[in-house]
Amino acid sequence: MTSFVRGLRCRICGKTYPREPLNFCTEDFGPLEVDYDYEAIARSMSREKVTSRPNTMWRFRELLPTDGDPTVGFQVGGTPLIRADRLADALGVENLWLKNDAVNFPTLSFKDRVVSVALSKAREFGFTTVGCASTGNLANSVAANAAAAGLESYIFIPSDLEPAKILGTTIYGAKVIGVTGTYDQVNRLCTQVAFKYGWGFVNINLRPFYAEGSKSVGFEIAEQLGWRTPQHVVVPMAGGSLIGKVHKGFHELAKIGLIRNPACKIHGAQAAGCSPISTAVKNGWENHKPVRKPNTIAKSLAIGDPADGYFAAKVIRESGGWAEDVTDDEITEAMLLLARTEGIFAETAGGVTVAVARKLIDQGRIHRDEEIVLCITGNGLKTQEAVTDALEKPVVIKPSLEEFEPLVEKLAEPALV
Amino acid sequence: MSVRIHIPTPMRQHTQGQAAVEVGGSTVQSALDDLGKKYDGITQRVFENGQIRRFVNVYLNDEDIRYLDNLATPVKDGDELSIIPAVAGG
Repeated sequence: MTSFVRGLRCRICGKTYPREPLNFCTEDFGPLEVDYDYEAIARSMSREKVTSRPNTMWRFRELLPTDGDPTVGFQVGGTPLIRADRLADALGVENLWLKNDAVNFPTLSFKDRVVSVALSKAREFGFTTVGCASTGNLANSVAANAAAAGLESYIFIPSDLEPAKILGTTIYGAKVIGVTGTYDQVNRLCTQVAFKYGWGFVNINLRPFYAEGSKSVGFEIAEQLGWRTPQHVVVPMAGGSLIGKVHKGFHELAKIGLIRNPACKIHGAQAAGCSPISTAVKNGWENHKPVRKPNTIAKSLAIGDPADGYFAAKVIRESGGWAEDVTDDEITEAMLLLARTEGIFAETAGGVTVAVARKLIDQGRIHRDEEIVLCITGNGLKTQEAVTDALEKPVVIKPSLEEFEPLVEKLAEPALV
Repeated sequence: MSVRIHIPTPMRQHTQGQAAVEVGGSTVQSALDDLGKKYDGITQRVFENGQIRRFVNVYLNDEDIRYLDNLATPVKDGDELSIIPAVAGG
Protein backbone atom coordinates (compact mmCIF):
# COMPACT_ATOMS: atom_id res chain seq x y z
CA MET A 1 0.00 0.00 0.00
CA THR A 2 1.24 3.50 -0.72
CA SER A 3 1.59 5.92 2.17
CA PHE A 4 -0.27 9.19 2.15
CA VAL A 5 1.92 10.69 4.87
CA ARG A 6 3.93 13.72 3.83
CA GLY A 7 5.79 14.01 7.13
CA LEU A 8 5.28 15.73 10.48
CA ARG A 9 4.24 19.30 11.15
CA CYS A 10 4.39 21.45 14.30
CA ARG A 11 0.91 22.34 15.53
CA ILE A 12 2.20 25.70 16.80
CA CYS A 13 4.59 27.11 14.18
CA GLY A 14 3.92 24.84 11.19
CA LYS A 15 7.56 23.78 10.74
CA THR A 16 7.73 20.50 8.82
CA TYR A 17 9.80 17.44 9.60
CA PRO A 18 10.38 14.15 7.80
CA ARG A 19 8.76 10.94 9.11
CA GLU A 20 10.83 10.32 12.21
CA PRO A 21 10.34 9.26 15.84
CA LEU A 22 10.07 12.77 17.29
CA ASN A 23 7.18 14.22 19.30
CA PHE A 24 7.97 17.91 19.57
CA CYS A 25 9.20 20.77 17.44
CA THR A 26 12.84 21.57 18.04
CA GLU A 27 12.06 25.30 17.63
CA ASP A 28 9.25 25.86 20.12
CA PHE A 29 8.62 22.40 21.67
CA GLY A 30 5.11 22.38 20.14
CA PRO A 31 3.56 18.97 19.43
CA LEU A 32 4.17 17.41 16.04
CA GLU A 33 1.27 16.03 14.07
CA VAL A 34 1.17 13.75 11.01
CA ASP A 35 0.69 15.68 7.77
CA TYR A 36 -1.33 13.84 5.08
CA ASP A 37 -1.97 14.34 1.40
CA TYR A 38 -5.77 14.54 1.69
CA GLU A 39 -6.33 15.10 -2.03
CA ALA A 40 -4.64 11.81 -2.83
CA ILE A 41 -6.55 10.09 -0.02
CA ALA A 42 -9.86 11.44 -1.35
CA ARG A 43 -9.06 9.99 -4.77
CA SER A 44 -8.15 6.62 -3.30
CA MET A 45 -10.85 6.12 -0.63
CA SER A 46 -14.56 5.47 -0.90
CA ARG A 47 -17.33 4.17 1.37
CA GLU A 48 -17.47 0.98 -0.71
CA LYS A 49 -13.74 0.40 -0.37
CA VAL A 50 -13.92 0.88 3.40
CA THR A 51 -16.87 -1.45 3.93
CA SER A 52 -15.39 -4.16 1.67
CA ARG A 53 -12.52 -4.59 4.14
CA PRO A 54 -12.51 -6.57 7.42
CA ASN A 55 -14.34 -4.82 10.27
CA THR A 56 -11.30 -3.43 12.10
CA MET A 57 -9.88 0.07 12.53
CA TRP A 58 -7.55 -0.70 9.60
CA ARG A 59 -10.40 -0.47 7.10
CA PHE A 60 -9.52 3.27 7.35
CA ARG A 61 -5.84 2.59 6.70
CA GLU A 62 -5.35 5.49 4.24
CA LEU A 63 -6.03 7.89 7.15
CA LEU A 64 -3.62 6.09 9.50
CA PRO A 65 0.10 6.85 9.41
CA THR A 66 1.86 3.54 8.69
CA ASP A 67 4.00 3.46 5.56
CA GLY A 68 3.21 -0.13 4.68
CA ASP A 69 0.46 -2.46 5.83
CA PRO A 70 0.23 -2.56 9.64
CA THR A 71 2.26 -5.37 11.18
CA VAL A 72 0.90 -5.14 14.74
CA GLY A 73 -2.74 -5.35 15.80
CA PHE A 74 -4.44 -5.96 12.50
CA GLN A 75 -7.58 -7.15 14.35
CA VAL A 76 -7.95 -4.06 16.55
CA GLY A 77 -11.09 -1.90 16.49
CA GLY A 78 -14.41 -2.51 14.81
CA THR A 79 -16.07 -2.44 18.24
CA PRO A 80 -19.87 -2.30 18.59
CA LEU A 81 -21.90 0.91 18.50
CA ILE A 82 -24.86 -0.04 20.65
CA ARG A 83 -28.27 1.59 20.64
CA ALA A 84 -28.79 2.10 24.39
CA ASP A 85 -32.54 2.53 24.89
CA ARG A 86 -32.70 1.39 28.51
CA LEU A 87 -29.91 3.75 29.56
CA ALA A 88 -31.58 6.46 27.45
CA ASP A 89 -34.78 6.00 29.48
CA ALA A 90 -32.85 6.26 32.73
CA LEU A 91 -31.15 9.47 31.58
CA GLY A 92 -34.34 10.90 30.11
CA VAL A 93 -33.14 11.14 26.50
CA GLU A 94 -34.43 9.72 23.24
CA ASN A 95 -31.44 8.81 21.08
CA LEU A 96 -28.42 7.33 22.78
CA TRP A 97 -25.60 5.07 21.59
CA LEU A 98 -22.55 3.60 23.28
CA LYS A 99 -19.27 3.12 21.41
CA ASN A 100 -18.07 0.11 23.33
CA ASP A 101 -14.29 -0.13 23.39
CA ALA A 102 -14.56 -2.11 26.65
CA VAL A 103 -14.48 -5.08 24.26
CA ASN A 104 -11.68 -3.88 22.04
CA PHE A 105 -9.13 -6.54 21.07
CA PRO A 106 -6.79 -7.68 22.57
CA THR A 107 -6.68 -5.83 25.94
CA LEU A 108 -10.20 -4.43 26.37
CA SER A 109 -9.62 -0.70 26.02
CA PHE A 110 -9.36 1.92 23.27
CA LYS A 111 -5.60 1.95 23.82
CA ASP A 112 -5.21 -1.05 21.50
CA ARG A 113 -6.00 1.36 18.66
CA VAL A 114 -3.14 3.73 19.39
CA VAL A 115 -0.75 0.91 20.22
CA SER A 116 -1.31 -0.98 16.98
CA VAL A 117 -0.34 2.15 15.07
CA ALA A 118 2.59 2.98 17.37
CA LEU A 119 4.12 -0.49 17.33
CA SER A 120 3.66 -0.87 13.58
CA LYS A 121 5.58 2.41 13.29
CA ALA A 122 8.16 1.23 15.85
CA ARG A 123 8.89 -1.72 13.57
CA GLU A 124 9.08 0.52 10.49
CA PHE A 125 11.63 2.70 12.32
CA GLY A 126 13.61 -0.38 13.36
CA PHE A 127 13.07 -0.24 17.14
CA THR A 128 13.41 -3.57 18.93
CA THR A 129 12.66 -2.15 22.41
CA VAL A 130 9.48 -0.21 23.09
CA GLY A 131 7.93 1.36 26.16
CA CYS A 132 5.35 3.71 27.62
CA ALA A 133 4.30 5.74 30.62
CA SER A 134 0.85 4.53 31.59
CA THR A 135 -2.07 4.78 33.98
CA GLY A 136 -2.85 1.12 33.22
CA ASN A 137 -4.75 0.50 30.01
CA LEU A 138 -1.84 1.55 27.84
CA ALA A 139 0.47 -0.64 29.93
CA ASN A 140 -1.75 -3.68 29.21
CA SER A 141 -1.90 -2.89 25.52
CA VAL A 142 1.79 -2.18 24.92
CA ALA A 143 2.77 -5.30 26.87
CA ALA A 144 0.36 -7.58 24.97
CA ASN A 145 0.94 -6.19 21.50
CA ALA A 146 4.73 -6.06 22.01
CA ALA A 147 4.68 -9.69 23.11
CA ALA A 148 2.76 -10.69 19.99
CA ALA A 149 5.17 -8.69 17.82
CA GLY A 150 8.28 -10.09 19.50
CA LEU A 151 9.38 -6.69 20.80
CA GLU A 152 10.97 -6.12 24.20
CA SER A 153 8.91 -3.71 26.36
CA TYR A 154 9.57 -1.46 29.35
CA ILE A 155 6.39 -0.26 31.02
CA PHE A 156 6.45 2.57 33.58
CA ILE A 157 3.41 2.96 35.85
CA PRO A 158 2.52 4.68 39.11
CA SER A 159 3.20 1.98 41.72
CA ASP A 160 -0.30 2.30 43.27
CA LEU A 161 -2.29 1.20 40.18
CA GLU A 162 -5.17 -1.27 40.41
CA PRO A 163 -3.83 -4.85 40.86
CA ALA A 164 -5.63 -6.10 37.71
CA LYS A 165 -3.89 -3.48 35.60
CA ILE A 166 -0.49 -4.47 36.97
CA LEU A 167 -1.13 -8.21 36.58
CA GLY A 168 -2.56 -7.59 33.12
CA THR A 169 0.83 -6.15 32.15
CA THR A 170 3.29 -8.52 33.81
CA ILE A 171 1.47 -11.56 32.37
CA TYR A 172 2.84 -10.68 28.92
CA GLY A 173 6.46 -10.74 30.07
CA ALA A 174 6.91 -6.97 29.95
CA LYS A 175 9.50 -5.34 32.19
CA VAL A 176 7.26 -3.40 34.55
CA ILE A 177 8.65 -0.53 36.57
CA GLY A 178 6.38 0.79 39.33
CA VAL A 179 7.32 4.37 40.15
CA THR A 180 6.44 5.97 43.49
CA GLY A 181 4.68 9.14 42.42
CA THR A 182 1.98 10.51 40.19
CA TYR A 183 1.48 9.71 36.52
CA ASP A 184 2.98 13.08 35.64
CA GLN A 185 6.17 12.16 37.49
CA VAL A 186 6.26 8.80 35.66
CA ASN A 187 5.80 10.64 32.40
CA ARG A 188 8.64 13.04 33.08
CA LEU A 189 10.96 10.13 33.90
CA CYS A 190 9.98 8.38 30.67
CA THR A 191 10.73 11.49 28.60
CA GLN A 192 14.26 11.35 30.00
CA VAL A 193 14.54 7.56 29.51
CA ALA A 194 13.23 7.64 25.93
CA PHE A 195 15.88 10.06 24.74
CA LYS A 196 18.73 8.63 26.80
CA TYR A 197 18.25 5.01 25.69
CA GLY A 198 16.86 5.55 22.20
CA TRP A 199 13.88 3.26 22.70
CA GLY A 200 10.53 3.61 20.98
CA PHE A 201 8.19 5.03 23.62
CA VAL A 202 4.71 4.92 22.16
CA ASN A 203 3.47 8.06 23.91
CA ILE A 204 6.71 9.99 23.79
CA ASN A 205 8.90 9.86 20.68
CA LEU A 206 6.29 7.84 18.71
CA ARG A 207 3.44 10.01 19.98
CA PRO A 208 2.49 11.82 16.75
CA PHE A 209 1.82 8.45 15.08
CA TYR A 210 0.39 6.77 18.19
CA ALA A 211 -2.22 9.47 18.77
CA GLU A 212 -3.56 9.11 15.23
CA GLY A 213 -4.92 5.67 16.11
CA SER A 214 -7.62 7.31 18.23
CA LYS A 215 -9.16 8.90 15.14
CA SER A 216 -10.53 5.45 14.33
CA VAL A 217 -13.05 5.86 17.19
CA GLY A 218 -14.48 8.82 15.27
CA PHE A 219 -14.30 7.05 11.89
CA GLU A 220 -16.18 4.03 13.23
CA ILE A 221 -18.87 6.07 15.01
CA ALA A 222 -19.62 7.94 11.78
CA GLU A 223 -19.65 4.78 9.67
CA GLN A 224 -21.81 2.86 12.16
CA LEU A 225 -24.37 5.67 12.30
CA GLY A 226 -24.72 5.40 8.52
CA TRP A 227 -21.96 7.79 7.44
CA ARG A 228 -22.91 10.77 9.55
CA THR A 229 -22.05 12.30 12.91
CA PRO A 230 -24.25 12.42 16.01
CA GLN A 231 -25.21 15.81 17.45
CA HIS A 232 -23.23 15.13 20.62
CA VAL A 233 -20.36 12.91 21.66
CA VAL A 234 -19.12 12.59 25.24
CA VAL A 235 -15.48 11.53 25.64
CA PRO A 236 -13.49 10.86 28.84
CA MET A 237 -10.34 12.98 29.19
CA ALA A 238 -7.01 12.04 30.72
CA GLY A 239 -4.20 13.46 28.57
CA GLY A 240 -6.85 15.08 26.37
CA SER A 241 -5.73 13.42 23.14
CA LEU A 242 -8.67 11.10 22.37
CA ILE A 243 -11.28 13.87 22.40
CA GLY A 244 -9.36 15.89 19.81
CA LYS A 245 -8.84 12.84 17.63
CA VAL A 246 -12.55 11.91 17.62
CA HIS A 247 -13.21 15.43 16.37
CA LYS A 248 -10.39 15.16 13.84
CA GLY A 249 -11.75 11.82 12.64
CA PHE A 250 -15.13 13.39 11.82
CA HIS A 251 -13.48 16.31 10.02
CA GLU A 252 -11.16 14.10 7.98
CA LEU A 253 -14.09 11.99 6.77
CA ALA A 254 -15.80 15.18 5.61
CA LYS A 255 -12.59 16.47 4.01
CA ILE A 256 -12.27 13.37 1.82
CA GLY A 257 -15.99 13.25 1.07
CA LEU A 258 -17.07 10.16 3.04
CA ILE A 259 -19.53 12.16 5.16
CA ARG A 260 -21.25 15.41 4.29
CA ASN A 261 -21.17 17.36 7.54
CA PRO A 262 -18.68 16.89 10.38
CA ALA A 263 -20.55 19.08 12.88
CA CYS A 264 -20.84 17.52 16.33
CA LYS A 265 -20.72 19.05 19.80
CA ILE A 266 -17.75 17.48 21.55
CA HIS A 267 -18.09 17.18 25.33
CA GLY A 268 -15.32 16.22 27.75
CA ALA A 269 -15.64 14.15 30.93
CA GLN A 270 -13.32 14.17 33.94
CA ALA A 271 -13.33 13.10 37.57
CA ALA A 272 -13.70 15.83 40.19
CA GLY A 273 -10.48 14.59 41.82
CA CYS A 274 -8.51 15.35 38.66
CA SER A 275 -10.25 17.90 36.49
CA PRO A 276 -7.68 20.27 34.95
CA ILE A 277 -9.36 20.33 31.53
CA SER A 278 -13.02 20.57 32.62
CA THR A 279 -12.04 23.28 35.11
CA ALA A 280 -10.35 25.25 32.31
CA VAL A 281 -13.42 24.90 30.08
CA LYS A 282 -15.85 25.93 32.81
CA ASN A 283 -13.75 28.98 33.70
CA GLY A 284 -13.09 30.02 30.10
CA TRP A 285 -9.32 29.59 30.49
CA GLU A 286 -7.19 28.99 27.44
CA ASN A 287 -4.64 26.93 29.40
CA HIS A 288 -5.35 24.39 32.11
CA LYS A 289 -3.88 24.65 35.58
CA PRO A 290 -2.10 21.40 36.39
CA VAL A 291 -3.28 19.30 39.34
CA ARG A 292 -0.36 18.29 41.52
CA LYS A 293 -1.89 15.34 43.33
CA PRO A 294 -4.86 13.77 41.53
CA ASN A 295 -7.22 11.93 43.87
CA THR A 296 -9.91 9.83 42.21
CA ILE A 297 -10.97 6.22 41.76
CA ALA A 298 -10.79 6.87 38.01
CA LYS A 299 -7.05 6.22 37.95
CA SER A 300 -6.96 5.77 34.19
CA LEU A 301 -7.93 9.46 33.92
CA ALA A 302 -5.60 10.69 36.68
CA ILE A 303 -3.30 12.87 34.62
CA GLY A 304 -2.80 16.17 36.43
CA ASP A 305 -0.89 17.90 33.64
CA PRO A 306 -2.48 16.72 30.39
CA ALA A 307 -0.23 17.13 27.34
CA ASP A 308 -3.21 17.94 25.14
CA GLY A 309 -5.14 19.96 27.72
CA TYR A 310 -4.86 23.15 25.70
CA PHE A 311 -6.08 21.48 22.49
CA ALA A 312 -8.86 19.54 24.24
CA ALA A 313 -10.28 22.73 25.77
CA LYS A 314 -10.05 24.42 22.36
CA VAL A 315 -11.90 21.63 20.53
CA ILE A 316 -14.65 21.61 23.16
CA ARG A 317 -15.04 25.37 22.97
CA GLU A 318 -14.99 25.57 19.18
CA SER A 319 -17.36 22.65 18.61
CA GLY A 320 -19.98 24.15 20.94
CA GLY A 321 -19.53 21.41 23.53
CA TRP A 322 -18.88 21.61 27.25
CA ALA A 323 -17.01 19.76 29.98
CA GLU A 324 -17.98 18.52 33.42
CA ASP A 325 -16.52 16.52 36.27
CA VAL A 326 -18.09 14.08 38.72
CA THR A 327 -17.35 12.73 42.18
CA ASP A 328 -16.22 9.19 43.00
CA ASP A 329 -19.73 8.36 44.27
CA GLU A 330 -21.29 9.58 41.04
CA ILE A 331 -18.75 7.50 39.09
CA THR A 332 -19.60 4.28 40.97
CA GLU A 333 -23.32 4.91 40.68
CA ALA A 334 -23.01 5.45 36.93
CA MET A 335 -20.98 2.23 36.53
CA LEU A 336 -23.85 0.35 38.17
CA LEU A 337 -26.43 2.17 36.07
CA LEU A 338 -24.62 1.28 32.84
CA ALA A 339 -24.23 -2.35 33.89
CA ARG A 340 -27.88 -2.69 34.99
CA THR A 341 -29.46 -0.98 32.00
CA GLU A 342 -27.21 -2.12 29.15
CA GLY A 343 -25.28 -5.12 30.46
CA ILE A 344 -21.96 -3.36 29.99
CA PHE A 345 -19.38 -3.46 32.75
CA ALA A 346 -17.19 -0.43 32.04
CA GLU A 347 -14.20 0.66 34.04
CA THR A 348 -14.25 3.77 36.21
CA ALA A 349 -13.65 6.02 33.19
CA GLY A 350 -16.92 4.70 31.71
CA GLY A 351 -18.66 5.72 34.93
CA VAL A 352 -17.15 9.18 34.52
CA THR A 353 -18.51 9.44 30.97
CA VAL A 354 -22.03 8.28 31.85
CA ALA A 355 -22.22 10.47 34.96
CA VAL A 356 -20.98 13.52 33.06
CA ALA A 357 -23.48 12.86 30.26
CA ARG A 358 -26.26 12.83 32.86
CA LYS A 359 -25.01 16.13 34.26
CA LEU A 360 -24.86 17.76 30.81
CA ILE A 361 -28.37 16.53 30.02
CA ASP A 362 -29.72 17.83 33.33
CA GLN A 363 -28.00 21.18 32.72
CA GLY A 364 -29.72 21.44 29.34
CA ARG A 365 -26.42 21.52 27.47
CA ILE A 366 -27.48 18.33 25.70
CA HIS A 367 -31.13 18.49 24.63
CA ARG A 368 -33.21 15.42 25.43
CA ASP A 369 -34.34 14.84 21.83
CA GLU A 370 -30.87 15.05 20.28
CA GLU A 371 -28.54 12.23 19.24
CA ILE A 372 -25.81 11.35 21.71
CA VAL A 373 -22.87 8.92 21.54
CA LEU A 374 -20.98 8.07 24.74
CA CYS A 375 -17.45 6.70 24.38
CA ILE A 376 -16.87 3.75 26.71
CA THR A 377 -13.12 3.29 26.61
CA GLY A 378 -12.22 0.53 29.06
CA ASN A 379 -13.41 -2.63 30.81
CA GLY A 380 -14.76 -2.90 34.36
CA LEU A 381 -13.02 -6.20 35.05
CA LYS A 382 -9.83 -4.18 35.39
CA THR A 383 -11.14 -1.85 38.11
CA GLN A 384 -13.33 -4.15 40.20
CA GLU A 385 -12.31 -2.65 43.54
CA ALA A 386 -14.13 0.57 42.58
CA VAL A 387 -17.54 -1.11 42.88
CA THR A 388 -16.90 -3.90 45.42
CA ASP A 389 -18.39 -1.96 48.34
CA ALA A 390 -21.40 -0.82 46.31
CA LEU A 391 -22.52 -4.33 45.42
CA GLU A 392 -24.70 -6.73 47.36
CA LYS A 393 -22.95 -9.96 48.38
CA PRO A 394 -24.44 -13.15 46.93
CA VAL A 395 -26.69 -15.17 49.22
CA VAL A 396 -25.20 -18.51 50.25
CA ILE A 397 -27.48 -21.46 50.95
CA LYS A 398 -27.30 -25.22 51.29
CA PRO A 399 -28.26 -27.18 48.16
CA SER A 400 -31.86 -27.63 49.26
CA LEU A 401 -35.18 -26.30 48.00
CA GLU A 402 -36.24 -25.53 51.60
CA GLU A 403 -33.44 -23.02 51.88
CA PHE A 404 -34.17 -21.42 48.52
CA GLU A 405 -37.94 -21.01 48.80
CA PRO A 406 -37.99 -18.40 51.59
CA LEU A 407 -35.54 -16.34 49.55
CA VAL A 408 -37.67 -16.08 46.43
CA GLU A 409 -39.85 -13.26 47.67
CA LYS A 410 -36.88 -11.32 48.96
CA LEU A 411 -34.83 -11.71 45.77
CA ALA A 412 -37.78 -10.78 43.58
CA GLU A 413 -37.40 -7.14 44.62
CA PRO A 414 -35.85 -5.24 41.76
CA ALA A 415 -32.17 -4.49 42.14
CA LEU A 416 -31.61 -0.85 42.94
CA VAL A 417 -30.18 1.21 40.15
CA MET B 1 25.62 30.89 43.83
CA SER B 2 25.73 28.02 41.40
CA VAL B 3 22.72 26.21 39.97
CA ARG B 4 22.98 23.26 37.63
CA ILE B 5 20.61 23.28 34.65
CA HIS B 6 19.84 20.08 32.75
CA ILE B 7 19.47 20.75 29.04
CA PRO B 8 17.17 18.60 26.89
CA THR B 9 18.71 16.90 23.84
CA PRO B 10 17.23 19.24 21.17
CA MET B 11 18.71 22.31 22.94
CA ARG B 12 22.22 20.98 23.36
CA GLN B 13 23.35 22.48 20.06
CA HIS B 14 23.36 25.78 22.01
CA THR B 15 25.47 24.40 24.87
CA GLN B 16 28.21 22.78 22.79
CA GLY B 17 26.59 19.42 23.41
CA GLN B 18 26.68 19.69 27.21
CA ALA B 19 23.82 17.88 28.97
CA ALA B 20 24.10 20.12 32.05
CA VAL B 21 25.62 23.53 32.67
CA GLU B 22 26.30 25.72 35.73
CA VAL B 23 24.73 29.16 36.03
CA GLY B 24 24.26 31.81 38.70
CA GLY B 25 21.08 33.41 40.04
CA SER B 26 18.81 33.71 43.05
CA THR B 27 15.50 32.84 41.38
CA VAL B 28 14.42 30.53 38.55
CA GLN B 29 14.07 33.65 36.38
CA SER B 30 17.56 34.95 37.04
CA ALA B 31 19.09 31.47 36.62
CA LEU B 32 17.39 31.07 33.22
CA ASP B 33 18.44 34.63 32.30
CA ASP B 34 22.04 33.74 33.11
CA LEU B 35 21.71 30.59 30.99
CA GLY B 36 20.51 32.75 28.09
CA LYS B 37 23.45 35.15 28.53
CA LYS B 38 26.00 32.36 28.54
CA TYR B 39 24.55 30.40 25.65
CA ASP B 40 23.18 32.13 22.56
CA GLY B 41 19.86 30.98 21.19
CA ILE B 42 18.44 29.42 24.33
CA THR B 43 16.25 32.26 25.56
CA GLN B 44 13.93 32.30 22.54
CA ARG B 45 13.59 28.53 22.72
CA VAL B 46 12.46 28.58 26.35
CA PHE B 47 10.56 31.87 26.50
CA GLU B 48 7.84 33.53 24.49
CA ASN B 49 6.81 37.09 25.41
CA GLY B 50 8.59 36.76 28.73
CA GLN B 51 6.74 33.60 29.76
CA ILE B 52 7.94 30.01 29.62
CA ARG B 53 6.55 28.45 26.46
CA ARG B 54 3.34 26.44 26.71
CA PHE B 55 5.03 23.15 25.85
CA VAL B 56 8.12 23.55 28.03
CA ASN B 57 8.16 22.42 31.65
CA VAL B 58 10.76 23.59 34.16
CA TYR B 59 11.49 21.64 37.32
CA LEU B 60 13.36 22.81 40.40
CA ASN B 61 14.94 19.65 41.75
CA ASP B 62 11.92 17.32 41.45
CA GLU B 63 9.09 19.87 41.54
CA ASP B 64 7.35 21.54 38.61
CA ILE B 65 7.86 25.28 39.17
CA ARG B 66 4.14 25.86 38.47
CA TYR B 67 3.47 24.21 41.85
CA LEU B 68 5.99 26.57 43.48
CA ASP B 69 6.23 30.29 42.73
CA ASN B 70 6.85 29.91 39.00
CA LEU B 71 9.68 32.09 37.71
CA ALA B 72 9.91 33.93 41.03
CA THR B 73 10.75 30.72 42.90
CA PRO B 74 13.99 31.24 44.84
CA VAL B 75 16.94 28.95 44.07
CA LYS B 76 19.94 28.23 46.27
CA ASP B 77 23.45 26.97 45.82
CA GLY B 78 23.44 23.35 44.67
CA ASP B 79 19.87 23.34 43.32
CA GLU B 80 19.16 21.65 40.02
CA LEU B 81 16.85 22.95 37.31
CA SER B 82 15.60 20.76 34.46
CA ILE B 83 14.08 21.93 31.20
CA ILE B 84 11.85 19.17 29.83
CA PRO B 85 9.61 19.04 26.75
CA ALA B 86 5.97 18.86 27.91
CA VAL B 87 4.41 17.05 24.97
CA ALA B 88 4.38 13.50 26.25
CA GLY B 89 2.07 10.89 27.64
CA GLY B 90 -1.65 10.39 27.71
